[in-house]
Parts: sequence; C-alpha cells; structure tokens
Amino acid sequence: MDVELRGITKRFGEVVANADVNLTIRAGEVLGLLGENGAGKSTLMNVLSGLYRPDEGEILIDGKPVAFDGPGDAIRAGIGMVHQHFMLVPVFSVAENVVLGVEPTGKFDFLDLKTARRQVREINQKYGLEVDPDAKIETLPVGVQQRVEIIKVLFRSADVLILDEPTAVLTPQEVLEFFEIVKALRDAGKALVFITHKLNEILEIADRISVIRAGRIVGEGDPKKLNRKELAEMMVGRPVSFDVIKAPYAPGRDILEVKDVTILRDNDEIAVDHVSLSVKSGEIVGIAGVQGNGQSALIEALTGLRRVASGAVLYLGDDITHASVRARHKMGVAHIPEDRHRAGMIADFTVAENMVLDTYYDERFSSGPQINWKAVNARTAEFTHDFDIRTPSVFAQAGHLSGGNQQKLVVARELSRETKLVVAGQPTRGLDVGSIEYIHQRLVEARDTGDGVLIVSSELDEILALSDRILVMFKGRIVAEFDATKGTVDKGAIGLAMAGVAA
Amino acid sequence: MTNETTDRVVKAKLIGRTDFEDMILVPVIAVVAALLLGALTMLLTNVDLATIVRSYVALAVGSFGSLNALSETLTAATPLVLAGLGLALGFRAGLFNIGAEGQILMGGMAAVIFGFSFAGLPSAILLPLSLLAGVLGGALYASIAGWLRATTGAHEVILTIMLNSIAYRLVDFMLSMPAIQKAGRADPISKPVPEAAELPRLLTWIDPNLRVHAGVFLMLAAVIVVYWVLFKSKLGFEFRASGKNPEAARFAGMRSGLIIVSAMAAAGGLAGLAGANQVLGVLGRATPGFSAGIGFTAISVALLGRSHPVGVLIAGLLFGALEAGGRQMQVDAGVSIDLISIIQALIIVFIAAPLLVRAIFPWGFRKAAGSRE
Repeated sequence: MDVELRGITKRFGEVVANADVNLTIRAGEVLGLLGENGAGKSTLMNVLSGLYRPDEGEILIDGKPVAFDGPGDAIRAGIGMVHQHFMLVPVFSVAENVVLGVEPTGKFDFLDLKTARRQVREINQKYGLEVDPDAKIETLPVGVQQRVEIIKVLFRSADVLILDEPTAVLTPQEVLEFFEIVKALRDAGKALVFITHKLNEILEIADRISVIRAGRIVGEGDPKKLNRKELAEMMVGRPVSFDVIKAPYAPGRDILEVKDVTILRDNDEIAVDHVSLSVKSGEIVGIAGVQGNGQSALIEALTGLRRVASGAVLYLGDDITHASVRARHKMGVAHIPEDRHRAGMIADFTVAENMVLDTYYDERFSSGPQINWKAVNARTAEFTHDFDIRTPSVFAQAGHLSGGNQQKLVVARELSRETKLVVAGQPTRGLDVGSIEYIHQRLVEARDTGDGVLIVSSELDEILALSDRILVMFKGRIVAEFDATKGTVDKGAIGLAMAGVAA
Repeated sequence: MTNETTDRVVKAKLIGRTDFEDMILVPVIAVVAALLLGALTMLLTNVDLATIVRSYVALAVGSFGSLNALSETLTAATPLVLAGLGLALGFRAGLFNIGAEGQILMGGMAAVIFGFSFAGLPSAILLPLSLLAGVLGGALYASIAGWLRATTGAHEVILTIMLNSIAYRLVDFMLSMPAIQKAGRADPISKPVPEAAELPRLLTWIDPNLRVHAGVFLMLAAVIVVYWVLFKSKLGFEFRASGKNPEAARFAGMRSGLIIVSAMAAAGGLAGLAGANQVLGVLGRATPGFSAGIGFTAISVALLGRSHPVGVLIAGLLFGALEAGGRQMQVDAGVSIDLISIIQALIIVFIAAPLLVRAIFPWGFRKAAGSRE
C-alpha cells in the first residue's frame, strides 16, 4: 500500500506546524523522517494517523484521496502508529493488551483469549518478534514492550506503520534487535515511517530520507549518498560541528576524590562496589557503561542524594561524604540530573522559577524570608539570553519549552553558579543536534576554566567526544580506564569493557 | 479505548488551560450549573416552580439581602476561609490534608482552655494569646500527621482522617474533665470564655443581634499572609516546588521531611485559628463536635478556590452565603436546608471535573491552539 501526502498544511492558531508538505510512503520501504524537536514531525504523523485534520492538502492511499475523521478511520485504512510512550495496561498479558478494544468474542460475548493468543503467535512467527503472549506487560523489558505495541498495530492489519522516535527508550542492544524487526516488516511488504532526530540511526535503517525543518520538507535523499554532516546541516539549517574543540589538557589539583565507596540501592542491593576515582581541575572524566550498572547511584551519592554505605568522598580535600545536597551546592558542586523531567525541573513552574530552583535562598535572589522576584526575573532574562534558551518570556511554563531548551535551562541554572565540580548525568539524552552541540560546548567551557567535570552517559559517542579520561562501569565496579588525551581511544575496547569482558 | 474517547482526550489536551479559564470560568460555571441542577432536584421531588423561584429568592435575600444577612454570611464564611486557606497551603505542598476538622477542634479547645485559665488578663493580652493558643493547638495536632508522614511514609489522608476521629472523642473526654467542664453541669460543656477573650462584635451599635465579629479581620489578614507565604516567600516556594515535583525539590536540596512537617503545621495553625474564631467569636464555649463539619466544607472551599488565597476567600464567602441563605430558604420556602448540601456537592463535582464543565458549556473556552509536537 502506498500513501501520499500532498500539500499538507496544519496550523494551530497563529503557528504553522506543517506548511505545504509533500511526502510519499511506499510499500516495502523504510522512509526516514528526520527533524529536530519541534520541527513538525509529530504533527505531520498525527495528520496521517487521523488525530488531526489538515487545514489544507490531501492524503491519497494508492492514488485515491481519503479523509480521516479520527484515528479509527486511519486504522481501518491500514495506517497504524507506534507511539513513543507506550499505551499498554501493565497488569494485562501481552495477548490481552493486543486485543484490547477489538477483542475476539465467543458465545454469550465471552472473551476468546485462546484465539487471541493464537493470533499473537501467528504474528510473532511471521515477523520474528518472539513475544510470549501470556507474559504480563509489567514483567517485560522496554524493548519487548515496544514489540507488543508493534504487534497491536499489526493485529489491526496495518500496512503502514509509523514509528515515532522508537529508539528513544531502547538500550543500544535493543536498538539492534529493533532494527532487525523493522527490516523483517519491510521485507514482508509493509511501508514504514521511521521518525527520529538521530542521524546514525536514520542512515543505518532508512531506504529514503526526508528532512523536515520548521514545518517544511527541506531536503530528501538517499542514505547511501548522504553523510552525517550533510544531514545535520539540512536538519538544523546551518553547518554543525561534531568535533568538540577543547583547550590543551592541563589538569590541576584534585577536585573530587572518591575513595573505596560502596553504595546501596533502595532495596539494599549493592549498586556501587568499592569504587575509587578522582576528578581533577581542568579535566572531563567520562563514565561509560550500559544503564543500570550503578552510575545513577554513584551520581546520587556524589551529589548528596543517596547515602554512602562505606568509603569516603573528598571535595577539595575536605570530607563531604555525609554533606547535604544544599551544602554541596553552596560549595560549588553543580548537578545536571540524568532525568530532567523527573528531577531537573518542574514542568508547571515558570522558566524564572525553575532558574532559581536551587539558588532561590541565595542573597542574590532573596532577602530574609522573602524572594526578590524582580531580581530573579532580571537574572533569568540574562541567562535565557546567555544560554540561548528560546522561550517566549521568563514567565512561560517550563514544560511548554522544547526538550533542548528545557535542558539548556537546567544547564544554565547549574553552570551560572560559582562551580568547581560539574556532575552531569546523560546531559544530552533525547536532545536535537543543535542543543547537543551547545551543551557540549558549555561543559567543555567549564573544564577549560578550571572546573572538574564528571559525565555519565550511555552514549559512547558523547563520552568519546568530551572525555579526557574514560572509566567504564560494569556491575557496580570500574572495570577499565582509558586515557583519551593521547590519541583516539579504541571504541571496540570500551564496548567490550561495557559488556563486562575483561580487557 | 474507542475512537471518540481517544479523540476527546487529544482535543482536551490541545485546549490551553489558561489561568482565566481555570481560576474563574470553571468555578463560575460550576456554581451556575449546580444551582440549575439544584432546581432540577427540587422539581423531581415535587416542588412546584413557584416555590423553587421563591427558595432561590430567599437564598439571595438571606445571604446578601440585608445587613443581618450579610452579617450572617460573613460569620459563616470566616472559619471556612481560615481553614480553607490552611488546606490550600497543604494542597500546594502536595499534602491532601483531610484533618481540618480535628485541627479546628484542637485549636478551639486550646483557645477556650487558655481563655478561661487566664481570665484575669486584660483583653488586649488575653485575646491575642488565646488566638495564638488556638493556632498552636491546631498546628501541633496537624504536625503529628506531618511527622508520621515524613518519618514513616504513612499517607496523610489516612492519618488525618483517623486524627479527626480521635479529636472528636478527645474533645468529648476533655469536656467531662473537672478542670474544663462547666461547674454544676452534668452534660459535656466547657467553662465559658471570659468576655476579655471574646472576639468583639462589630455592629452591635446598630443592632445587638448582628453577630459579625472581629474574626473578619483575622480572615482578611490571613488571606494576605498566605498569599505572601505562597508566592513571595522562600518557604512557599519550597512548598510549591515539593507539591509540583517532590523529586525535583529534593534534587534542588530542599528537605522534604521538614517541608511536610512545616506545611502541615501551617495548615493546622490556620485550621486551629478557625476553631479559635468559632469559640471566641460565635459560640463562647466548647461543646461536643463544635467544629460542625466546617473542616470538611473547607476542603470544598479550598478546591473551589483553586488553592489560591483570593480564590479561597471568594469561595468561602460563597459557601458562607449558601449557608446563611439556606437557613432563610428553609424559613421562607419550606425547602429543606439539605438542598444546600446538594448544591455544594454539585459545585465540587463540577470543579473536580473541569472537562465535564467544558463539555457541557463549550462557550468561552479557547479552541485548540498552541501545543504542537
């Protein structure tokens, strides 16, 4: 089944989300739709899946114009969407979730789960999905849950599958498995739209690429003939540099010393097992590792959010093992949390309120028990300018900003203080190229001005681009250390260490 | 999920929830809709149209139609606003405090006991100290729930409900203690509050029956103080941050345990003040269950007022008016005062379901705008 979008325009009030978009989706092909956050990718796909009605333009299926009055119409026409955020009932089984809403029923309207299970197994076999129809959703890893979403769409006999940022929640290993599934679906004649802002992925999986920027299609191309740089430039609208320019490596005194530290998780399992490390002034130390190997607990302990079970943490030579979060802030520890929505900002608060979330008590922003909002707003206006945070005003709700601008807000708050140590967890996860570039620059700037910087990231490319020294964490221990100041580090060696294979 | 529901959820998300819609339009519509449905309820219970009209006229006259009506409205509104402000503070900090009733009782008892224990003091000292005793009584009682929540993680809804029950029985018990019980009485009733500890009535020079008292000024002062605390002070910033995203507040170095205890104490203090206001301004003594459900109605007031101090003031005045007018309604039209409870409940249903209001009354709400991606 081929689908054509012709001259699609969608406005929200004054804002034009899509302007005269033409797009062709063909059976047996993966169309990569590349664009930054806020470029209009999701709006376009919501038009295609019947959630929005376009203001202008038409949708043609196999050459015939169609009009969708709701998602139901699109599903009946064979267009299915796999959402970024899964819509599954955690306590239901796979089969129950798949048939939800279109349940096969037997006599007296009894739910016919037997048929459901059989149908799920058939889909499994056909596309090599390997999902147990009887498994409870809540027991399944994220990658498998995603397959359940795909089965749901296939069960409703979709021929066009829209995959909205499908790899955002997956581990690198799961991404590889997911690509196999995408290829199997393509080879079975399905048409796929793969929405992403990740350049490497789109180059790997797409048969054809369309780039969308500010609501318009700004380029199309063949992934075999394009490279990352060209694609990034199309997506961002200006040349993008992937190389981080750093001052020569000139480490100073020890800022942070972690001595034989053991940290427990909430359930008393060991998260960090007798780890020692140090971060010096003027260097970036990167901790690589697959998520869940103790990095989060380590960061929380270093920033005072989690108790250290044994060992010591020294900061500028002073023991801060049991210092409070606030005390560490005052000493010059900046913390960019790995999950900005959960821990880094308050979506319902204004940009200004978020900007002083951990400095409101400072004499710059308050006198006595009262916060000086005038000063807060003035400083926030400066910061939004200095850190290139695009917001309509300092009173805008932080939750309404794009992901990149939200993260810049967090970075601005943390780095605008007097800092000596910057601890950053996944500082660019889920961000667009432009924001990543910007945040990397800022972190390097902190290093160049003499801060110690500790970065935890599951994106190996990020670790490699930024770090002077690379530590690899596996099952709560530092299993390998690489010096990145003398030439390039072997990516394969780090990968092996991440997988727990001793070098 | 059917297509229509998916559709509606998506559309609902698209509509920008501006402050105006949220703070003003929804509450106003909720009140109007509740009054209409109240009329319908009367129709269904065989009340004829003329009586319905008469009862709503009585409702208006009884609440705002005369000096006495206004006095009664203010008298009824004052404790609702005070306790409602406390609850609003708690809600903003993410604490669903159901315990205003118990805190009113404890605050009221503390005020009464302090009042008659130091009856010899001059009014300028005794009255403020008795009020303070009420604040502290409520604050301490609420702190128990706050402390248990902070240290053990027990849920404050359960804790405060249980503490309400304890408060009722504790008051009964205290009222039969020789030190508190009025001399020569067999029934549980406290010694009277000395005149020096009473909140002075304001309009007795016009008519000795006008009950409105100086508690009105307490109410207005409390609105201003709570507004300042919530939106201007560091403490309020911490309350609001913890309420909206406790994890982010923790990451920002705010101490959640301290915030929970202080938010509960502040809420309890205001409820305690409401209790003191009742015993020192209206009742003149403590009797079993003198809180009379004010602590529960105050939850509705805080919700209707959107946990905003000014909103709480308006909502409290409205509920005070409903109460004062309801009595008039019963007298003039013979309609049961229970109808007022139905109307109050309907208001809350509509407030709690803003989407319902939007669905029934689509006018005035902005159409889909903003929000892409």
